[in-house]
Amino acid sequence: MRSTNIAKLKIEDLEKIARRMKKVIHLREGEAKAKIIVHMGTCGIAAGARAVMTALVEAIEKQDLSDVLVTISSCAGLCGQEPMITVAIQDQPPVRYVNMTAAKALEVLEKHVLGGRIVEAYALAANNK
Amino acid sequence: MAGKPDTLLFETLMEDLSLHVLDIAENATRAGARNVLIEIAAADARLTVAVKDDGKGMDARTSQRASDPFYTTKEGKRVGLGLAMLAQSARETGGGVRIDSQYGVGTEVAAVFRPEHPDMRPLGDLMATMKALVAAFPAVRFVLDYTKEGEHYHFDSAKTP
Repeated sequence: MRSTNIAKLKIEDLEKIARRMKKVIHLREGEAKAKIIVHMGTCGIAAGARAVMTALVEAIEKQDLSDVLVTISSCAGLCGQEPMITVAIQDQPPVRYVNMTAAKALEVLEKHVLGGRIVEAYALAANNK
Repeated sequence: MAGKPDTLLFETLMEDLSLHVLDIAENATRAGARNVLIEIAAADARLTVAVKDDGKGMDARTSQRASDPFYTTKEGKRVGLGLAMLAQSARETGGGVRIDSQYGVGTEVAAVFRPEHPDMRPLGDLMATMKALVAAFPAVRFVLDYTKEGEHYHFDSAKTP
């Protein structure tokens, strides 16, 4: 059997994330400034959505962005352009980004979620679906 | 439309088992589960990966067709590849998938692999899968039980110190 990297599995790290997420759970009632949805249908996962999710969760944790939520939803119907994320900022129309990588998602976090400027190069045109 | 062709899915399979776990656990959350138990157990030349949930479950007809790639319950979609791909990964090693579901009660998906088979996929980064689930669904209780040759890891998102 190929060796697994279960040894690297750090239960304490998981517990830390679980604790932190419980603290911000009340934000899910609509108080969050911004929500980032990572599309994780089978198509998204096969295309690399988990790495996008990991990068966002770690950046949010590191920068202690308590008013930014990251969540998962399923296939958004454009399987060929996965991984995709949707950025929903309070009182603004949601913006969908396609063909994401961890690096591109961090750029979207920095420029759009925190900076307020849509990253047009990665955005799905509003009339494109 | 720019971008990769929509045939992408049929050329891409899950690279490792931890991605399958993420996919099946995401199905569980979409079924409204409040508790998701992930069991991974290696013993007697078999590796069993099971995801049990207390979501809305499936009726017998849906359950029977769940691993058919051209069957889905999602509106506006024609294919449902998650369970089909898991079954494929398991069958490639001489194993298979069992789906037990009861409408209104929950679903258990158990895939059995034969790790010695040359087509066995690696377990992959189970930590990243658990992290994604726990971060995305703080209201859902995720339990991970991993057992291999006396090694045992247990995580319960509802019991964090």
